[in-house]
Amino acid sequence: MNKLVIVDSGSANLYSIYKACQMVSLQPVISDQPGIVAEAGAVIFPGVGFFNHAARALQEKKLTAALLKVAADRRPLLGICLGMQLLFEESEESGNISNAAKGLNVIPGRVKRFPAGLPVPHVGWNRAVPAIEHPLFEGLNGGAYFYFTHSYYVSPERRGHSLASTEYGFSFTSAVCSGNLYGVQFHPEKSGPAGLRLLANFGKIIADQQ
Amino acid sequence: MLAKRIIPCLDVRDGRVVKGTRFVNIRDAGDPVERASFYNREGADEIVFLDITASVEGRRAIVDVVRQTAEVVFIPLTVGGGIDSPSFMQELLQSGADKVSLNTAALKNPSLIREGAEQFGSQCIVTAVDARRIDRSAEADSPGWEVYSHGGRQATGRDLLEWVKEAESMGAGEILLTSMDADGTLGGYDIEMLAAVTGAVEIPVIASGGAGSLEHMYEALTSGNAHAVLAASVLHYGTYSIAEIKDYLSSKGLPVRPVEK
Repeated sequence: MNKLVIVDSGSANLYSIYKACQMVSLQPVISDQPGIVAEAGAVIFPGVGFFNHAARALQEKKLTAALLKVAADRRPLLGICLGMQLLFEESEESGNISNAAKGLNVIPGRVKRFPAGLPVPHVGWNRAVPAIEHPLFEGLNGGAYFYFTHSYYVSPERRGHSLASTEYGFSFTSAVCSGNLYGVQFHPEKSGPAGLRLLANFGKIIADQQ
Repeated sequence: MLAKRIIPCLDVRDGRVVKGTRFVNIRDAGDPVERASFYNREGADEIVFLDITASVEGRRAIVDVVRQTAEVVFIPLTVGGGIDSPSFMQELLQSGADKVSLNTAALKNPSLIREGAEQFGSQCIVTAVDARRIDRSAEADSPGWEVYSHGGRQATGRDLLEWVKEAESMGAGEILLTSMDADGTLGGYDIEMLAAVTGAVEIPVIASGGAGSLEHMYEALTSGNAHAVLAASVLHYGTYSIAEIKDYLSSKGLPVRPVEK
């Protein structure tokens, strides 16, 4: 009941995140099995691609219920990129799709598209500046550079859920935290030493919890 | 604000690095994984592998290179050279590459860019363009540039600005622009060409070919409006370290990701 599970929802390249975890002495397993995810000690939930496709894939693979169980049992869960966006209920990306699949809806708020006039996707190295001192950003409080690649961003309803922000023509939420739930818009597995530090910090959060 | 990127480029043939030496702390200068790791430690923002393997069979080696590099290097990896199908793109992306760079195959079949962008997202699809100045001083006052394929060996008759606009409209996420006139001269990027391309497209442009000094890179990122500079010789021969480049650019007021330990 103490395993760290990287959720394989079929959309993300999991190799780099798996290797990055090993680099900071975490021993994750990759699984798409709802039973294994539901019993995980902690979960990393990566994702790339389209919100609607990914949300539907989670339902089809019966991973939605497993992830909700992890969230409800207050076990640490880290969403990465689309994985973070899927912690919210819906995305503007699904705007014109009828019967668009919903996200997990465990953090209130919406996923929005960058305003017109800004080049999208937002790709490259940008700073994530934590709003408060938090264990996830230990050693990264000065606003380290992380690697981003995305066209949508999360807009939490409650300011307190926004853990870090990034400037791209305006200030958007680039990391969230609500209880045991964490999310980062950037890719820690592609963000050099800062990204590895963040994963190590998540490992410490897991260890403290267990 | 996005940081300006410094990107070392490694030429790989049959799974080995073929350009540049002069490193003391690298055991095997020809090992692409070690070279990429070295630049990663030095503070590179991204690594580009350019596969110049001649044979189709030899190209299999690049997949292993990518996979092994992705085990130890946690910054974005771009792979170019001989990529001519979505299935090969997928194989490279699944092996740990973050982007693939298309060149000759895209010139032959521009819809390859669209297929890649639709399947994997625009952010994965770089279009590499090699161009040379057209000598038409007698007939026109504005310079033109012609696109070359096959590693710069074949003139295509295509106009550079038309081609980069087409690539962008097909879904390319980035342009990797090499000036064949400037490449290897250490005399500076072709700023006029760079500015023409960055003025013609909205997607990020990576400047390549001609970097010999810190001022050259600053010029490319300011007058040339490039998002990133690719560098080979100045890095491979140890003229500058990435930290020196970043310190200089930062002192001139450009945003860069600081080199961490």
